[in-house]
Amino acid sequence: MTVLLEVKDLRIEAPKKDEPAVKIVKGVSFNVKAGEVVALIGESGSGKTTISLGALAYTKPGLEFSGGEILLKGEDVLTMEPLDVRGLRGNRVAYLAQSAAATFNPALTINEQVTESAVLHGVMTQDEANTRATELYHALELPDPERIGFRYPHQVSGGQLQRLMAAMALVGRPDLLVLDEPTTALDVTTQIEVLKAFKKVIKEEGSAAIYVTHDLAVVAQIADHIVVLYAGEVQEQGSVDQIINNPQHPYTKRLMAAAHAGPKPGMGDRLSGDHHKDIANIEVKNMTAGYGEIVDGKPAITVLRDINMSVKNGHVVGVIGESGCGKSTLARVIAGLLPPAKGDIILDGNILKGSYKQRSKKELQRVQFVYQMADTALNPKQLISEILGRPVEMFQNLRGQEKRAKVAELLRLVELPVEFENRYATELSGGQKQRINLARSLAALPEIMLCDEVTSALDSIVASNVVKLLKRLRDLTGVSFMFITHDLSTVAAFADEIVVLYAGRIVEQGPADEVLAPPFHPYTRLLISSVPEMRIDWLEETMKKREMTAGIARGVEITDVGCPFYNRCPIAISGTCEKITAPTYELKEDHFISCHHNAAEIEAIEKAAGND
Amino acid sequence: MTDKTANTEEMSVYDELPDVPPKKKIRLTWVGKLGVTVVLFWVIMVFIGPYIAPFHEADIMAYDSYMPVWSKTEGEGFHVLGTDYIERDILSRILWGARTTIGISFLATVFAYLIGVTLGIGAAVAGGWTDMILSRVNDAILSLPSIMLGLLIVVALGTSIPILILTASLIYAASVFRIARALGQDIMVMDFVEAARARGEGMWYIITREVLPNAIMPLATDFGLRLVFVVLFISSLSFLGLGIQPPMADWGSMVRQNLEGLGYGSYAAVWPALAIASFTIAINLIVDDISASEGGSLARKMI
Repeated sequence: MTVLLEVKDLRIEAPKKDEPAVKIVKGVSFNVKAGEVVALIGESGSGKTTISLGALAYTKPGLEFSGGEILLKGEDVLTMEPLDVRGLRGNRVAYLAQSAAATFNPALTINEQVTESAVLHGVMTQDEANTRATELYHALELPDPERIGFRYPHQVSGGQLQRLMAAMALVGRPDLLVLDEPTTALDVTTQIEVLKAFKKVIKEEGSAAIYVTHDLAVVAQIADHIVVLYAGEVQEQGSVDQIINNPQHPYTKRLMAAAHAGPKPGMGDRLSGDHHKDIANIEVKNMTAGYGEIVDGKPAITVLRDINMSVKNGHVVGVIGESGCGKSTLARVIAGLLPPAKGDIILDGNILKGSYKQRSKKELQRVQFVYQMADTALNPKQLISEILGRPVEMFQNLRGQEKRAKVAELLRLVELPVEFENRYATELSGGQKQRINLARSLAALPEIMLCDEVTSALDSIVASNVVKLLKRLRDLTGVSFMFITHDLSTVAAFADEIVVLYAGRIVEQGPADEVLAPPFHPYTRLLISSVPEMRIDWLEETMKKREMTAGIARGVEITDVGCPFYNRCPIAISGTCEKITAPTYELKEDHFISCHHNAAEIEAIEKAAGND
Repeated sequence: MTDKTANTEEMSVYDELPDVPPKKKIRLTWVGKLGVTVVLFWVIMVFIGPYIAPFHEADIMAYDSYMPVWSKTEGEGFHVLGTDYIERDILSRILWGARTTIGISFLATVFAYLIGVTLGIGAAVAGGWTDMILSRVNDAILSLPSIMLGLLIVVALGTSIPILILTASLIYAASVFRIARALGQDIMVMDFVEAARARGEGMWYIITREVLPNAIMPLATDFGLRLVFVVLFISSLSFLGLGIQPPMADWGSMVRQNLEGLGYGSYAAVWPALAIASFTIAINLIVDDISASEGGSLARKMI
């Protein structure tokens, strides 16, 4: 194969006045052959995005190319004239950003945006571009490919938008695609659907690509060649087979360790028998909640229906489900941030008021909510000492020296240096911010912490460190956790019990090891099958599975009657499931499933299908 | 490299990589520095202008009106910028006028901010009916042309400096309210404010510790622009004869009174106009430059 792109000893730095420049990329070399997908893998700060943007002769503001060359078909893009660079970007090298939702203009139709660059660069006429776009919609397996281009971005789903962005990049037949974390923000089920489409279209088009990500399991599915980066340097590079099956460099091994092996029963670090601290139970009974005006115990938009669950003293309850299933809403209702329309939240036998405004200070203290995005959850204009000091002052009634000592203790508890008290949150890294976010909740001496996707925005290594910390906190303080996530592997590693939410209803709940083992609720089965495994060809094998053909590529629909999973369920009973709400029965002790099939039927079906 | 120290079990060498810390310093370019110099010059004149002025603002020279630049008069002195329509020294009047024009405008803007920010952020934090009533009253004030409203108040209550300050601050408090409320609302929906509310913080803490610190930068930038509007407003009132009353010097009224002189080839009206222009443009230069160095985000927030 001919070499399409040659990156030779690339150096990028951030020049500083009066100080030596900060080196961001320190001499990176790799090649992209025609028709090959090269993955750049590393954590945030490793320079992977910076390098990939180099292929477009672009640096983020404040950075500059300080050495090396990037040869596209032998021509150095770094020394190109500005006019040639214009011809390069979007035309010969196309860029696919992480968030399609933020990339599309909501005021223009999809076709106008998909075809724009090809027409602008004079590669094809508007008519040709439209035809080509429709071809790509077919190739990307988008629904209604003939007409989807006439819709507006808000009229299609997130996964579809991500694929449409791929069409936008491919329409002008670029030599090289640069994909920057294109599936990171997606649910596992959506990710699989996007991955499949990307893989197919890249193969059919024969285009070369640079795929930037921190997820090794994803890379194993799509890449031919892997470049492992740390702090702007190449640690190891080789074929996908070599890196995945026989990693040499310790950093690659560590990445492999952080990217877990997929959710399995028994992999978790469960509570030991002696964990019976004196911590409150919290219970949710027949709770219905949603948004808008509440009439007769029914909100205008119902998000959660008839929820019954509990967090027992000192236990960790994992709540899983796709986005839009009501996971965060559940935590917000318990925290009193969203009063329920019906039902009760019971803390240690006492019914809590629906809104935090009516709850007592003591009750507020006992239940703490931890936000997903530490960036918005910490006031950027307050010092860490105030962010942590204020709840200490309010809930522990400490002042002055005692308060300072308590703040220092909290910082040590979350494994941060005490000097951080004099910093602003904006001066910390993502993982450090999340630790402060946790410490703030701990400052209230809570009995239950409601953690809303606290690891979702973090890199795999950082996230696994945060989970380690949570485990330590659990053992140290005995606090109960409700741990919301769409990452099943984290739940498998951390939770004692699992609650599976789908379209606002609990479809399965029980001890973690049982929920993660067959027989599964069909939705739990779909979720577990969708988690990428660190195995080449996993994608192809998985797509052949029965639950995939039925369940992938359909969005969550909230229904008033019947089982909401009906339209995605491979074992749905037509005539029953869409009309009658599924009964909830006890599969084993404390293990509940909501399904029209009984346990024996599910087991029989699973066996017949030959699933593990 | 690090390979030797790192084994497969413990690899603390690979610490979590920090994000690039944000740039905190505001760097002014020469344009901004020019603005600062000019503004600084006028601020100094506010304090020392009357002491270094060659004449008193009300001194009438018994010689000639509309004297040209650089004219000497026997016995009386030297008029760098000439004299005005009733034989007063223009340079002296500009120096005295700095105190009135800038001083009054500054006080009026400060009051406008005290009223506007308190009510605006209060409305954003309180929400509901309080917000509704305050906002609708504010809309009503904003719908009236400011100069007409100002004229009306001044005519009704008479012209005095306190009334002038009060009028200007009330009128401009309305637009400050708008900005403060919008900024406040943006900040109120942030998670950290919800976290503060959920732990039972009172309104005072939320306003002063959570919302205001995050609104202060855009508000400070807007303060500069608002000051410019108030200078022009006071000058306009004076130009119409309802602002600062003679014989006190004030840039706006100096322009009006000497306008006639343009017909005789005198520059008497041009110098105070230049003073207004230099001060207001300089403030704009500073604001623009700060805005640019912040990547234009301030400018966007203010529109």
